[in-house]
Amino acid sequence: MLGAADAALVAASRNMDASQTMIETKTVLEARGIGKTVKSGDRDLVILRDIDLAVTQGEAVAVVGASGSGKSTLLAILAGLDQPSTGTVHLDGAELGALDEDARAALRGRAVGFVFQSFQLLPALTALENVMLPLEIAAVSGAEAAARAVLERVGLGERLQHYPKHLSGGEQQRVALARAFVVQPKLLLADEPTGSLDAESGAGVIKLIFDMNREAGTTLVMVTHDETLAQRCARVVRLAAGRIVV
Amino acid sequence: MDRNPGILATLKLAGRMLARDWRAGELRVLAAALVVAVASVTSVAFFADRVSQALVRDAHQLLGADLVMVSDHSWDPAMRAAIAERGLREAEAWNFISMVRSSAAPQTKDEAPRSQLAGVKAVSAAYPLRGRLRTAPALGAPDAPAAEGPARGTVWIEERLVSALGAPVGTRLRLGRGEFTVAAVLTLEPERSANFFNIAPRLMMHLDDVAATGLVQPGSRVRYYLYAAGGRDALAGFEAWAAKRLARGQRIDTLENGRPNVRASLDRAQRFLGLTALLAAVLAGVAVALGTRRFVERHLDGVAVMRCLGTPQGRLLALFAAEFSILGLAACALGSALGFAAQGVIAGTLADLLRAELPPPTLLPALRGFLVGLVLLLGFALPPLVQLKNVPALRVMRREAGTPKASAAATYAIGLGLLAGLLVWQAGDVQLGLTIVGGFAGAVVLYALVAWAALALLSSGSVARRIGARSPALRYGLANLRRHARSNAIQVASLALGLTAVLLLSFTRNDLVDAWRRAAPPDAPNRFVLGIQRDQLAAVKAFFSERDITVPDLYPMVRGRLTAVNGAAVKSEAYEGERAKRLVERAFNLSYADTLPSHNRLAAGRWWTRDTGDAQELSVEEGIAKTLGWKLGDTLTFTVGSDAFTARVTSLRRLRWDSMKVNFFVMAPPRLLEDYAASFITAFRLPDGHEQAMNALAARFPNLTVVDVGAAVRQAQAVIDQLITAVQFVFLFALGAGVLVLYSALVATEDERRREAALMRVVGASRRHVTGSQRVEFLAMGVLAGALATTGAAVLGQLLARRVFELDLPPSVMLIVVGPLAGVLLLSLNAWLSSRKVLRASPALALREET
Repeated sequence: MLGAADAALVAASRNMDASQTMIETKTVLEARGIGKTVKSGDRDLVILRDIDLAVTQGEAVAVVGASGSGKSTLLAILAGLDQPSTGTVHLDGAELGALDEDARAALRGRAVGFVFQSFQLLPALTALENVMLPLEIAAVSGAEAAARAVLERVGLGERLQHYPKHLSGGEQQRVALARAFVVQPKLLLADEPTGSLDAESGAGVIKLIFDMNREAGTTLVMVTHDETLAQRCARVVRLAAGRIVV
Repeated sequence: MDRNPGILATLKLAGRMLARDWRAGELRVLAAALVVAVASVTSVAFFADRVSQALVRDAHQLLGADLVMVSDHSWDPAMRAAIAERGLREAEAWNFISMVRSSAAPQTKDEAPRSQLAGVKAVSAAYPLRGRLRTAPALGAPDAPAAEGPARGTVWIEERLVSALGAPVGTRLRLGRGEFTVAAVLTLEPERSANFFNIAPRLMMHLDDVAATGLVQPGSRVRYYLYAAGGRDALAGFEAWAAKRLARGQRIDTLENGRPNVRASLDRAQRFLGLTALLAAVLAGVAVALGTRRFVERHLDGVAVMRCLGTPQGRLLALFAAEFSILGLAACALGSALGFAAQGVIAGTLADLLRAELPPPTLLPALRGFLVGLVLLLGFALPPLVQLKNVPALRVMRREAGTPKASAAATYAIGLGLLAGLLVWQAGDVQLGLTIVGGFAGAVVLYALVAWAALALLSSGSVARRIGARSPALRYGLANLRRHARSNAIQVASLALGLTAVLLLSFTRNDLVDAWRRAAPPDAPNRFVLGIQRDQLAAVKAFFSERDITVPDLYPMVRGRLTAVNGAAVKSEAYEGERAKRLVERAFNLSYADTLPSHNRLAAGRWWTRDTGDAQELSVEEGIAKTLGWKLGDTLTFTVGSDAFTARVTSLRRLRWDSMKVNFFVMAPPRLLEDYAASFITAFRLPDGHEQAMNALAARFPNLTVVDVGAAVRQAQAVIDQLITAVQFVFLFALGAGVLVLYSALVATEDERRREAALMRVVGASRRHVTGSQRVEFLAMGVLAGALATTGAAVLGQLLARRVFELDLPPSVMLIVVGPLAGVLLLSLNAWLSSRKVLRASPALALREET
């Protein structure tokens, strides 16, 4: 018996196949010679050195490494949230270093979705309002209908008016996921998305991330220290002491 | 997607953000503070505007009209016609001196003389246009307002004329060729109190009866008064028109000539009201600043998310500015409406006292309220809000990355500057405005410094070890004090500030109001006796003590004319202002004494001493010195009879005009004046039921003039009482603002404390431990805030009393007891409530809310 979910999966994989044929030529994210050094007391502390990374459209890349290996810093730099000490990052065709903070913010709003370990939902806003927020900021019409649809998709159609504090961790992360996908981003950046969740909720969230990623043809870069999770991505990049190890 | 949305989209989103933040309860204190500030400023502005107009009219009642014109020859009928043409009401009076005789035969040979010089005032039916005449049916009987002036064929006479003529109500009196019946005892005449010295006792009659007396003939010394009252514009138009047509010997009287004691009360009330409104506004500013700070702290994460989601800095700023502007405008509108309603209530309850309809309020006070609200918002909410745009998006990943630095002094400098400007404008007094802002800023800094030093000392290693050895809760509490030194110091300072305001308003206010009432106490003198000769002094004193009336102070009075100032001859044309001209033209009542009268205070210079002083010294009243431009060191030349003397001004005195005591503009040492012919004057309180004593006094000393000022005193007290009621009402707003500051200060660190308490519980601290350490911390802060606030309220109260209101304020025992206690109680309550909140929720939930 072929269930509705399976049918969706089939459809989604078709989409993925279609987009994969297209990506050969399209690089969404490209980092060259990224280094990050911070002052720690009198001496310089090297967090990242000489990182080269190119991610093509539709690809799913996992960045793994031990705590302190620099993976979250790399993600922040790739998102334009932090500035590298050396090197350049191209995101959706634009060089981040050449953009000012506002232009980077605009680029993020247009092309990037985020999922964080700590959810980062606005406590004063309901689930629906949290998802509407990025559309409202961009002054897109039909924000509510779009947000409702995505929340339905992540299985929270019944909890639209709940506040974050009344949602479980897994539910909060699903709201965050809906918020990331509602703008139809090209690139989804996920920072330890299951780090704050129990195994069961974590599995549910991961399934949703991969399903929705496939459905929308989004490019995924995920930071995690969970090897099993990393193995579900097409490519795994390992960081140790600020370098990519092969 | 369009990334540059228009103004409308920004406003729409800002409106939604406002609704969400409101729902989350983030903005309530802030909005309440704004509403209170605006309501307080507008209610005072509305009410002060209307009341001051009414009080000006009250003062006009002392003139008997809005405008009084005086002439030494009869008025041209065209002038009267002009008043009527402009829709103004008009009345007329003639004043002249005449001998009055009692028609009744004397009963005994010891009886008072049956004829007496009287100041006759013949009035038209419409007199007075403002205020009321008051009459009593018999001597000593309670008086009541009279509906109109004396009917034709009757006269009303003053108490001392009743005594002098032995003519109670019902007696027939002869005036010139006419004969009239005494219909009532005249107890209050609006104009009378304006200048009750040097005039013969009053006889009031109907203007139409004058012809029958045959007293007014060509060449008679008569003063012709023309009164006008009505709409302000029509009045101003008429005044301008009439001023150009005044002939020689004619003049227009203005309010300037009103009694100084009413003006003093009015000035004081306006300062009270103005200051209270300002206090509310400044306090609300503090509450707005604290509230916004909390808002900002709670929005750091959200803003980082919004940055991360692609909101440009400029847009963020625009969004929050729009959100706060909408809030501000709504709060201002509500505040103005509340202010308007409040002034309506005050005006309604005071309708009896104000005795007349208040003029309708204008829109200007509402505008002023909006301005105050916007300044508070711009000055105190915008600086912290601007910090929000600097929150880096990176904060979403690393919390510690994104707490923008708050440089309080710099960011609030604009706010303080704006507020200072506003206060100066509102107070109409640069010094007062700057004093308040400077005083507030100074108090905050001082409070914070003292609090910081005291907390540092209390939690310093050695002290903490010594005290903390006994209990871990105590040790943690003290450690917390040290760890939060900066935020605790700010919190203690804000708490102390709010508490200062509340204490000042609840305790010092009462003391101030009492002191104010005492300035015109119920036992204020109600009789003046003039014209006592030197050789009658002992007999007069004996007369008082025989009748168990406290023997009053008798002040010598020498009449002198000012002829030169610093050697230059005095010319009235050289002085600016009607009052100054009139003052130098008039004879001065000079007095002399060795010691400063108890109800006078030295404002500048020094008082002479009996032995070392220079004989050629003068002490002048501060106000007249200002009006006439006299300074310490100036020399004044007075002519007394055919002699002249010159003396130097060596001191300035501040007087209580509303004390109803005898006051002199110019005083000299006895050496300088005691050789001149002097009469003596006194003021005293005649107990009720002793009115007959005055008849006996007039009978024993026929040359004395007794003036009844009882009704004038009652009127002055009614004015003060009504003002106090109004002021008290406005205090409520300031009190509300003070409570909001207290609340804001208490919740300022609540989030942080909850998180810490949750963490402590996570690592295994017992409830007792958590609440214990919080209690220690709060107790120390409470003692400190209470002590600071008590000191602050006491010092401020004294400063206000002395500098602003010129009142003596005894130190309040209640304040000293209640102040520190209030601080401790307040923080204990807070400790209890906050620990309840922390302990009720599971640590996990408390922590999750924070992340």
